[in-house]
Amino acid sequence: MPSLSVDVGGLLLHSPVMLAAGILGTTGASLRRAAQAGAGGVVTKSIGTVPREGHSGPTVVQVECGLLNAMGLPNPSYKDFQDEIEIARQGGVPVIASIFGSSAEEFAMIARGLDADAFELNLSCPHAEKYGSELGRYPDLVESVTGAVKAAANVPVWVKLTPNTADIVELGLAAQRGGAHAVVAINTLKAMAIDIETGYPILGNKFGGLSGQAIKPVAVRCVYELSSNLEIPVIGVGGITSWEDAAEMIMAGACAVQVGTVLQRGYGIFEEIADGLSRYLERKSITLAQLRGMAGRRS
Amino acid sequence: MKPLNSIISDVRPESPQIRTFRLDIDLDPAPGQYVMVWIRGVDEVPMSFSGPDTITVQSVGEATQSLFGMGAGSSIGLRGPLGNGFVLRGERVLLIGGGVGTAPLVFLGEQARGAGIEVTSLIGFRSAEDIIFKTRFESLGDTVVTTDDGSVGTKGRVAEGLKELDLGEFSQIYLCGPEPMMWDIISRTKEHAGKTQACINRYFKCAIGVCGSCCIDPEGIRACVEGPVIMADRLLEGEFGRYRRGPTGGKQLCEG
Repeated sequence: MPSLSVDVGGLLLHSPVMLAAGILGTTGASLRRAAQAGAGGVVTKSIGTVPREGHSGPTVVQVECGLLNAMGLPNPSYKDFQDEIEIARQGGVPVIASIFGSSAEEFAMIARGLDADAFELNLSCPHAEKYGSELGRYPDLVESVTGAVKAAANVPVWVKLTPNTADIVELGLAAQRGGAHAVVAINTLKAMAIDIETGYPILGNKFGGLSGQAIKPVAVRCVYELSSNLEIPVIGVGGITSWEDAAEMIMAGACAVQVGTVLQRGYGIFEEIADGLSRYLERKSITLAQLRGMAGRRS
Repeated sequence: MKPLNSIISDVRPESPQIRTFRLDIDLDPAPGQYVMVWIRGVDEVPMSFSGPDTITVQSVGEATQSLFGMGAGSSIGLRGPLGNGFVLRGERVLLIGGGVGTAPLVFLGEQARGAGIEVTSLIGFRSAEDIIFKTRFESLGDTVVTTDDGSVGTKGRVAEGLKELDLGEFSQIYLCGPEPMMWDIISRTKEHAGKTQACINRYFKCAIGVCGSCCIDPEGIRACVEGPVIMADRLLEGEFGRYRRGPTGGKQLCEG
């Protein structure tokens, strides 16, 4: 079978299919379970400087084409999370800590306080005041936060970008200038659902982020644009539910992918996608590296 | 699914702290399954079914207090039924319940009787005024009642009632109640853990198995979709009875 191992922004992964941030990433045990189920790397729930309980419910709404969520960054703070990372590491794959803060200093404080195999900077959550995309939509802040974490950490730094912007390439270039080893695209699209019986917005937070199949074409376009304009690797995420979706994302230019919403179907998805990709590469007699960015070379 | 709109058709007080709400839609739940109840403008919380179209609720926090302010004709949003319910096995079953945890068990017992299965119940409450569903349980078969203060039945914790039963006689045991009570039962009856189905409680947020807030150590069982009914032998060597995850994801000690 063709090799699926890949070097992604400073980490060597046995499979290009990773667990995305915010999905089954609260406990070390569930992260370890994803690793044992075949994930090439696992990203934790986003971790901040102080404990947060998150938004009131409903925190998710299943819509026709995907999933709308406004969890609100619940986390026990970095001071109470190292044990979970150590348990996750027993799964034998890199553990990437997703972190968030309201300033470059807060990001750097967490990066100094946590021992992980890489950091993924959450500059893209669309539903938490003072965090995520509220910083991440400004290129100068993306650059300064990235630079601060680079200076504070001695492991790879990835930047997760928001699609809720006119030009995601501008944000990707800012991350690159700040010294990021890779960018991760995309986070959820800011969205809303209303209960037509009563007129109430369904999410406790009113607004949330849309994930799942609906956003895959947006993610493919973002990955294509980013990989065409950046020197650093792009990790593709957004609506991948099958090996075909993963192949498409890699053809758009992704060197690896992350899956989240599809975990509703269970942990078997990691092997399912990896097996499908392997068979596909064998049938086409090409390598993963040859698949990467194929769409850019055709146009 | 988006929340379904449901009208509360009837509210019945079961005890000073516990009420049963009848819904105008039958979601066809299995006993042990739950529904996410959206009290609009407040919160969304998981509730057990006490019958095909009823949920039985103890007032414990903001959301349940708001629900207690609602009467017949009020509307709520529902997502469910969710999770794995109890599975009936064998011809002679034992139900062990504590407090509001008796709700899914009385529902299960009625299904079991309907299928011709022999039902014995051991149910415990704090005091006489906290007792719920006594008549329903007694109509199913032999019933042992315990109260902490001895005001009705055997005095003491639910486990006191075990002395009046031979657990070897039962094909399957079904358990639901406060965690310290369930842990007390499970840790005293380890040899029967392989035939004990426990309906447990964790902090549910998404209720569809993706957010990770209800995962149970050490295996990472997602209680919201792989539970809430879990075989007791999978609960012996982990967090159950010791700690659980709170709203932040941090550990909270499980205290009686």
